[in-house]
Amino acid sequence: MPEIQMPKLSDTMTEGTLVAWKKKKGDKVTTGEVIAEIETDKATMEWESPEDGTLTEIYVEEGGKVDVGVKIAFIGAEGEAAPKEEKKKEPEPKAKEEEKKEQKETEKPAPAKEKEPETAPPQEKKETKAAEKKPAPKVEGGDEARVKASPIARRLAAEQGIDLSTVQGTGPDGRVTENDVRGVMKSKGPAPQPKSVPSRIAAAEGSRISLTGMRKVIAERLVESKGPVPHFYLNIEIDAGPLMTKRTELKSAGEKSDTAKITVNDFILKAAVEAAVKVPKANASFDGDAIVQYNDVNLGIAVALEEGLVTPVIRAAQGKSLREISETVKDLAHRARNKRMKPEEFQGGNFTVSNLGSYGIDNFLAIINPPQGFILSIGAVVKKAVVDDSDHIVTGQRMSIGMSCDHRVIDGALGAEYLKALRQLLENPTLLLI
Amino acid sequence: MREITYRQALNEALAEELERDPNVFLMGEEVAEYNGAYKVSQGLLERFGAKRIIDTPISENGFAGLGVGAAMVGLRPIIEFMTFSFSLVAFDQVVNNAPNMLTMSGGQFNIPITFRGPNGPAHQLGATHSHATECLYANTPGLKICTPATPRDAKGLLKTAIRDNDPVLVLEVELLYSSKGMVEDENVELLIPLGEAEVKREGSDVTIICYAQTVPLALAAAETLENEEEISAEVLDLRSIKPLDMEAILNSVSKTHRVVIVEQDRPFCGVGAEVTYRIQKEIFDQLDAPVLRVCQEDVAMPYNERLEMAVLPSAEKLIAAVKKVCYA
Repeated sequence: MPEIQMPKLSDTMTEGTLVAWKKKKGDKVTTGEVIAEIETDKATMEWESPEDGTLTEIYVEEGGKVDVGVKIAFIGAEGEAAPKEEKKKEPEPKAKEEEKKEQKETEKPAPAKEKEPETAPPQEKKETKAAEKKPAPKVEGGDEARVKASPIARRLAAEQGIDLSTVQGTGPDGRVTENDVRGVMKSKGPAPQPKSVPSRIAAAEGSRISLTGMRKVIAERLVESKGPVPHFYLNIEIDAGPLMTKRTELKSAGEKSDTAKITVNDFILKAAVEAAVKVPKANASFDGDAIVQYNDVNLGIAVALEEGLVTPVIRAAQGKSLREISETVKDLAHRARNKRMKPEEFQGGNFTVSNLGSYGIDNFLAIINPPQGFILSIGAVVKKAVVDDSDHIVTGQRMSIGMSCDHRVIDGALGAEYLKALRQLLENPTLLLI
Repeated sequence: MREITYRQALNEALAEELERDPNVFLMGEEVAEYNGAYKVSQGLLERFGAKRIIDTPISENGFAGLGVGAAMVGLRPIIEFMTFSFSLVAFDQVVNNAPNMLTMSGGQFNIPITFRGPNGPAHQLGATHSHATECLYANTPGLKICTPATPRDAKGLLKTAIRDNDPVLVLEVELLYSSKGMVEDENVELLIPLGEAEVKREGSDVTIICYAQTVPLALAAAETLENEEEISAEVLDLRSIKPLDMEAILNSVSKTHRVVIVEQDRPFCGVGAEVTYRIQKEIFDQLDAPVLRVCQEDVAMPYNERLEMAVLPSAEKLIAAVKKVCYA
């Protein structure tokens, strides 16, 4: 159909922001031509026209944020107008129309109404226009007072720092209801502090930073995780000496080639993949009534961004060499930081590696990114006094690795088996070069 | 507890208070020899004698005034109107004398009188016999008004009314006289204070405020809403119109954020109009939708059964209103 709706551009996308229109109303468009930029919860993406035709109507203006499935434009054949009539009939057209009529009647002074008959059709048109504007939630200030909202919706929005003009109203004539605001609150993550300590909050609260799409997803996903996913944790400390040596070797040997760019983290990623190949049962996730074991090792990597983090996925990593992994990671991380990733590049990871070593964290235990089976938490390589094989205390280089497992998929013994394989690979890094 | 009828509950309340206080007497049309037009005073003449159970001519203004005078000299009259539609001929006594005497006498005369009888539309009684008078009397300072919907409330409120030192109207429901409900045993003193509403059914999505004959209507509608619309309705029975239990109203609405008031009286200046005004005044910020009222249409009550049904509040109208405030 030539009516274009907000597309679902990622698994977790529930709403999108129309960052920019690349075409103006009235422009001709062809299938595959970029017509808009849309920000999902993860990234800003160029969006191609699914139709040939003329962009006859734009319902959501730049900056507008709407739910997936809400119509944003109309692409018609040449000369075809957008269907004015249907436009505003969203959930309950009848009630809406009636109310509108009622309102019109009470608003209109009697004499004006009397000389109205011949101009009746244009007046109807005006109504349509007004309704047309409504779904495009303008973020510009000043219009706040004109947003129709129930008293409690207004109060809740104020309490929660939600801009009412960004909330899609489902009540009559687009009235924002309590439920609409609660919906936004829910998608924003857990409710803020309980009301019992308002003075403390008031004092401590310097500013409110509205959640970005990404922060919302982080909040949602992690709550989804810690709640229903029964976490348990394993910890090992490995001898990182050989790893550091190997990495130095590669660095100096390849001073003029790209092997110099291979990092300790690349080794860890490669080892995590190889360990999953050796212990395939750990490469699995929980799916309601079954455990799904994967053939491919799709490795998620946690990439910290200024405003949060994302977990791009290296697909079928089992077939990739250390060098290939290194290159893929750099590319993914780079594009993630520039928000230029395709949604599928975030999806389908089987497990994730999160490395806070470069942040000076000795050890930690991350939260699983559902529906993945586990997540590895990599600490910094630190120098430590260690007891060697001949019972002497020597200076060693150690690295802590934590493993958070979904107990529904991975039991203690299986987790231990995976970590054993991982340790073996990391302590003998030559194996990772083969 | 045992199950008795609304009629029996009222009868017990009368008998217990007649027994307890020799100053209490019952007066009205057909209350004695005929045992009451609706048999509420069944057996009372036999038990308490003609001095305390008094038949009157058809002369509401006369015997209501007689009651006010008796109250002034220390008795506790219970004046039965065969229906409150007939209280309109005694309007001056009920509205002018009974509630004003205390003030006009500079505090010398309390008027501990109870006016009671069926009130509101019943079934095909026509325009002159179907009046819901609560809004008329609630408009008058100095009158207390209760509207029992269950046998238990009927007994407990009537006993409290008789003991009150000021004029109280007990507005009964003709259509509920034969309805049954659980009431404390006869040896238990049951007094329900005026001005205390009761949550008859807990709910979370919407508050249905009701009283008298709209209580069973609201309960049935709440059941349907739960089963068919997944809307959880709280049913709040006001029980007293005056004093009005604002605390209960505000508590419930603060919980549900949506209100429908279903009442047997008229739309203009009806009880629900006042309740609505107070809700929006006190807790505007709690509302998620305009308060809606389901009440009579603003017309003379038709005799024709279908037309009467169209004029009266109904489950269908109530459910439609609830769905509207719930945006369902």
